[in-house]
Amino acid sequence: MSHFLDRLKFLSRVQSTFADGHGAVVNEDRRWENGYRSRWQHDKIVRSTHGVNCTGSCSWKVYVKNGLITWETQQTDYPRTRPDLPNHEPRGCPRGASYSWYVYSAQRVKYPMIRGRLMEMWRDARLTMDPIAAWEHISQNPERARRYKSVRGQGGFVRADWETATEIIAAANAYTIKQYGPDRVVGFSPIPAMSMVSYAAGARYLSLIGGACLSFYDWYCDLPPASPQIWGEQTDVPESADWYNSTYLMVWGSNVPMTRTPDAHFYTEVRYKGTKTVAVSSDFGEMVKFGDIWLAPKQGTDAALALAMGHVVLTEFHRDNPSTYFTSYVKQYTDMPMLVQLREQDGVYVPDHFLRAAQLPAALGEANNADWKTVAIDAATGELVAPNGTIGFRWGEDKAGTGKVGRWNLESRDGGSGREIDPLLSLKDAHDEIVGVGFSYFGAEHDELLVRNVAARRITLARGESVLVATVHDLQLANYGVDQGLGGGNVATSYSDDTPYTPAWQQKHTGVKPELVVQVAREFAQNAHDTHGKSMVIVGAALNHWYHMDMTYRGIINLLMMCGCVGQSGGGWAHYVGQEKLRPQFGWAPLAFALDWVRPPRQMNGTSFFYAHTSQWRHEKLHVDEILAPTADKSRLSKMAMIDFNAKAERMGWLPSAPQLQTNPLDVCDAAAAAGQDVPTYLAKQLKSGGVQMSCDDPDHPNNFPRNMFVWRSNILGSSGKGHEYFLKYLLGTQNALFDDPNDAIRPSEVTWREEAAEGKLDLLTVLDFRMSTTCLYGDIVLPTATWYEKDDLNTSDMHPFIHPLSEAVQPLWESKTDWEIYKLIAKKFSEIGGPYLGTRRDVVLQPLMHDTPGELGQPMTPLDWKKGECELIPGKTAPSMMVVERNYADVYKKFTSVGPLLDKLGNGGKGINWDTQHEVHELAGFTKTVTEPGVSQGRPRLDTAIDAAEMILTFAPETNGHVAVKAWDALSKITGRDHTHLAVGREHDKIRFRDVQAQPRKIISAPTWSGLESEEVSYNAGYTNVHELIPWRTLTGRQQFYQDHRWMLDFGEGFCVYKPAIDTKTVAPMLGKAPNGNHELVLNWITPHQKWGIHSTYSDNLRMLTLSRGGPHVWISEAEAKQAGIVDNDWVEVFNSNGTLTARVVVSQRVPQGMCLMYHAQEKIVNVPGAEMSGKRGGIHNSVTRAVLKPTHMIGGYAQQAYGFNYYGTVGSNRDEFVVLRKMKKVDWLEGPRVEDEEGVAK
Amino acid sequence: MTYLHQFVFGIYPYIALAIFLFGSLARFEREQYTWKSDSSQLLHRGRLRLGNILFHVGILGLFFGHAAGLLTPVAVWDALGVTHSFKQMVAMLAGGVMGGICLTGLCILLHRRLSDARLRAVTRPGDKVLLLWILITLLLGLSTIFVSAQHRDGHEMVLLMSWAQHIVTFRAGAADFISSAHWLFKAHLFMGMTLFVIFPFTRLVHVWSGFASVTYIGRAWQLVRPR
Repeated sequence: MSHFLDRLKFLSRVQSTFADGHGAVVNEDRRWENGYRSRWQHDKIVRSTHGVNCTGSCSWKVYVKNGLITWETQQTDYPRTRPDLPNHEPRGCPRGASYSWYVYSAQRVKYPMIRGRLMEMWRDARLTMDPIAAWEHISQNPERARRYKSVRGQGGFVRADWETATEIIAAANAYTIKQYGPDRVVGFSPIPAMSMVSYAAGARYLSLIGGACLSFYDWYCDLPPASPQIWGEQTDVPESADWYNSTYLMVWGSNVPMTRTPDAHFYTEVRYKGTKTVAVSSDFGEMVKFGDIWLAPKQGTDAALALAMGHVVLTEFHRDNPSTYFTSYVKQYTDMPMLVQLREQDGVYVPDHFLRAAQLPAALGEANNADWKTVAIDAATGELVAPNGTIGFRWGEDKAGTGKVGRWNLESRDGGSGREIDPLLSLKDAHDEIVGVGFSYFGAEHDELLVRNVAARRITLARGESVLVATVHDLQLANYGVDQGLGGGNVATSYSDDTPYTPAWQQKHTGVKPELVVQVAREFAQNAHDTHGKSMVIVGAALNHWYHMDMTYRGIINLLMMCGCVGQSGGGWAHYVGQEKLRPQFGWAPLAFALDWVRPPRQMNGTSFFYAHTSQWRHEKLHVDEILAPTADKSRLSKMAMIDFNAKAERMGWLPSAPQLQTNPLDVCDAAAAAGQDVPTYLAKQLKSGGVQMSCDDPDHPNNFPRNMFVWRSNILGSSGKGHEYFLKYLLGTQNALFDDPNDAIRPSEVTWREEAAEGKLDLLTVLDFRMSTTCLYGDIVLPTATWYEKDDLNTSDMHPFIHPLSEAVQPLWESKTDWEIYKLIAKKFSEIGGPYLGTRRDVVLQPLMHDTPGELGQPMTPLDWKKGECELIPGKTAPSMMVVERNYADVYKKFTSVGPLLDKLGNGGKGINWDTQHEVHELAGFTKTVTEPGVSQGRPRLDTAIDAAEMILTFAPETNGHVAVKAWDALSKITGRDHTHLAVGREHDKIRFRDVQAQPRKIISAPTWSGLESEEVSYNAGYTNVHELIPWRTLTGRQQFYQDHRWMLDFGEGFCVYKPAIDTKTVAPMLGKAPNGNHELVLNWITPHQKWGIHSTYSDNLRMLTLSRGGPHVWISEAEAKQAGIVDNDWVEVFNSNGTLTARVVVSQRVPQGMCLMYHAQEKIVNVPGAEMSGKRGGIHNSVTRAVLKPTHMIGGYAQQAYGFNYYGTVGSNRDEFVVLRKMKKVDWLEGPRVEDEEGVAK
Repeated sequence: MTYLHQFVFGIYPYIALAIFLFGSLARFEREQYTWKSDSSQLLHRGRLRLGNILFHVGILGLFFGHAAGLLTPVAVWDALGVTHSFKQMVAMLAGGVMGGICLTGLCILLHRRLSDARLRAVTRPGDKVLLLWILITLLLGLSTIFVSAQHRDGHEMVLLMSWAQHIVTFRAGAADFISSAHWLFKAHLFMGMTLFVIFPFTRLVHVWSGFASVTYIGRAWQLVRPR
């Protein structure tokens, strides 16, 4: 009744005593206990997850109490896996569990924010002008533009309202479209799988107005180019449960317990089953603790280690004592039996292109695509045959009129006669000649061309020419230095020879003991032999962030292919870098890229885009001669800079472009009409004559700037922006700490160099985020979005086979809105303002020769450049295809919010197959209802809410709609000639809907989108259907390729996997000792791994995570070097090179080997960052000292598997070859106080 | 003047006591979660241990000294044969020592609280008022020693005792006893009484709990509660 009176009841309080009076039963008020009881009483508990590119995709219970999100705990109701296999749960890590803090934190963006100076000018201009005129008035006047651009990143936001913010954006977009072209409006958002509706919202808007979506996987450098090169597939990997099926597990540069926390249990559990684990890591990463053996190669030399292991496996399991399993595997599933032509050059032979049917008399009877059918020898008859399954059999067989369809499969048959064959692996016992073949060597301590004996056969081509050919198998053994008994030089007589690539040889590069290499390679192969392929390698971005990452990856994958592990349960290549697997991809693509309304969309590879438009090319110091093979024609290539290669690739249709043409593509269409020609004809002529230029040839021309940029679901400037200071200086035109002098750089020979560098190219940077990230700080307009607990969305991962929701636990807080609603609002405003201003226009879209389309059959042999007059400009063959689309700008909103008619008309599909999907359109209309308002969308299914959008994905995707899965398998069966529908018929009537996945995450239905199966029998494993259903890999040979025969691959010495040391970025020498502060300067290799306290499930400025670590930016160095430089743990250090500088505290640790400095990725400059001594400005981020360097082999296109695809192939932003100077700071200056400006208001 | 004197020393003591008692009761009833000492030990150690102990020893000594000295009837002292002048000397000496200890502790605590940014950030205005209030009351109390030293016969002290005893026994005319007291005494009395007024609204409520904790001595080791 009363707390006080209760206390006063002395006499009645003690009811009885016990234990000799030591205990008493008291009668007192117990209401306070209700506080503890209600602790677990909530308004509701909602299933959601964290959409931050975390492969976890973990199920969380989000608790809401009194309308507030209180906390989250792990949800444990996943569907079971399989008998004798641990389950996926519990999933979730401490980073995820700390997320609810973020929702109400001070970091939250609560209202639309606009850069103050821009707002001031906007309001002023709007008094007298309409929005379009106002935007032109501000953004196109140099002084006014400088006024707001030069203070980007310096604070000064004012609170705005949605009306004003969207009005500015719509006006800027509309103005830019009319003035410069729709492809000057670009958007960057990564990893659709982490919240696919949110991604789709922005991408749909951009695709409808003709803007370009930038890819991210390549830019993050998580994209392994080796994967498309070998398989024609990008990152298809086993689910984590399949680790448990492995019996020999290598974990190579992937810190599983730290970065794959919810899945690490499979790694530990499989050890209880008896599986041996080997950890390969330069530093003592957490996964090393779980390894039975630890191999610690010097960072960046992993390819040497992999090649040496390959040497052992080839020697023991292919040459000395051939494993019958391995032999039959490589015969059927790899290019090993394929014939390669040998070309004579300076007295030796070098491996050249694969021999093609077209080169042989009568083209071996192949009328269709004979240029694209590779050739092998049938051991039974000794005849040359074009086996089934090569890429020539994939396209156009039905239209060729030969009556032969369905030969694109991996049955061992001669394509022509259909009879069974036994492909001959080696010519050792069937050769005409033994010839010396030159293999390029890049390790510096041996000759640069190593000549080795190879067995060859002489054949006569159709033209009468007599040439030598050898099998990939024989060349491969020679490449690894394995002697097939042919003698000659440069082959090993034992493992202790110092001959590339023996175990003894690798020790000089990696520092790993040869006997360990031999042991691990032998065990790995023996296990694979005994179990038919259950040896697995888990790899991570650590290896892929090096310039020559493809060599490391190919070295490792070669090992797996030699041992028959790929496509076998418990075996293969497990590359995990982020939430790459967008499982319902084919249902999502029409939504995201508005394929239901207009095709094709504009897509751009992020790396080439940022390299060009942040002007990193103006600072390029890597000369092509440094990376060319000794056999390459240097006279032709030496004068080309990396940007020249990229421009060449763009104009030849290998890589995409954005912007595409220096002339507004809308105006190009008008001009073509005025000239009375169709657009492609007109444009081809104009390009050839120079009347119209491609943008890539002159990136600094104002007509070629990207003008408007959207960033959402991303923190590009605080996280992935390699060359951070270049972004600031050139793209944004604001304060930066770039020290590099462009006069030291290599001048391009084809791309225009302007003495005056363009700065501040972007007119408008719009950032959507729920937190004031570094990117927001540099934005002009910041729009508050809903967090992962405030929106409905979908989320998938490669780690598990479930579709998972994000759910709205509370409505978007403050004035935030979901990404879907924000883009809807922008689309609406844009239609209002841009509709009348722009009207209906025709737009010509340039599209590269796309992978998985007939366009991937570009130029079969040596590529020719139309601009050099080497060939005709044929759109879609020697140049980008040119497609005209109509855009009614008033209809953007209506199209955004409804499902368009192209799905009924053209069907749906991907990866080379297509199916009719009218039924699904009707099905969706039944759920979301149809639009009743008059206009273009009347009668179409509605897409109002994010849930409607999610339902669209789920309805159209084979993974979530059983009927579609069966249709998709059926479509594939027509091309392979084999029936695959049995893989899905069992679940034909399964439909997974949004409310289903909210109730419980659901397992996907097996679909031809992916090469693995999810069934009651097997765990998801990549390549499984290739091996077990005989579906070819989507490569030139239709098989996994050890050999890459594109001319550029050969020119850069990467036909076979070789060892290439790190490149020299030349950024340290100009800075070393330049401005001494009295402290010792260390020179260290710069390594930026993913961190323990942030990224992948939360952010580094999360207070709880800051409290657990150093409370701000920190770098790791070794004890020995710390001592040498007089540094103790927690000292402040500055890290710099000519790219820029950063400040951080130092962690001195035994974990780190000498010569390396680790800085965890994405520590932003928003918490505890003092000024840098070198720049006098606030220190930067981990990417302040990096710059992206492009690699020409990644630009190859129109060549089977080496053809462009969004986030599939293309240049990548490598960053680990970089070195930095690290020294203790003398004075830690926090730069507190007001901003100092010059008279024009520019920050000093 | 007379009325004001009458009010401050005749009526205000009851108002102060009433606010003190009912205020504490109301706080205890309504705001149980605010009933705490608000220790800052977890935020910053500093010289908390030294300052805290000195302050508490001093102020508890002063509290009990005042209570015994003012409220013990004169007759008791007389019966014990304690002369007024001797008692005054003891009061001056003990009060001076305890006051000195308390003042040292208080200064350390004040300095600690105001010099550290983290502590400043969690310090509410009420905390500052309280500490300053105690400081001023204490300084006034200490300064009365010098006044007392002028006349050591104990007469003035007996008048103050009479005032206090009349107040607590609800007898009229209490204020008249001290109408001629030195202004420093009056100021000290006013500040002291007002400390009781602000008591329920500050962290001082923990004093109740401090005294209540004495009951732990006689309590059973284990308490269980039936439903």
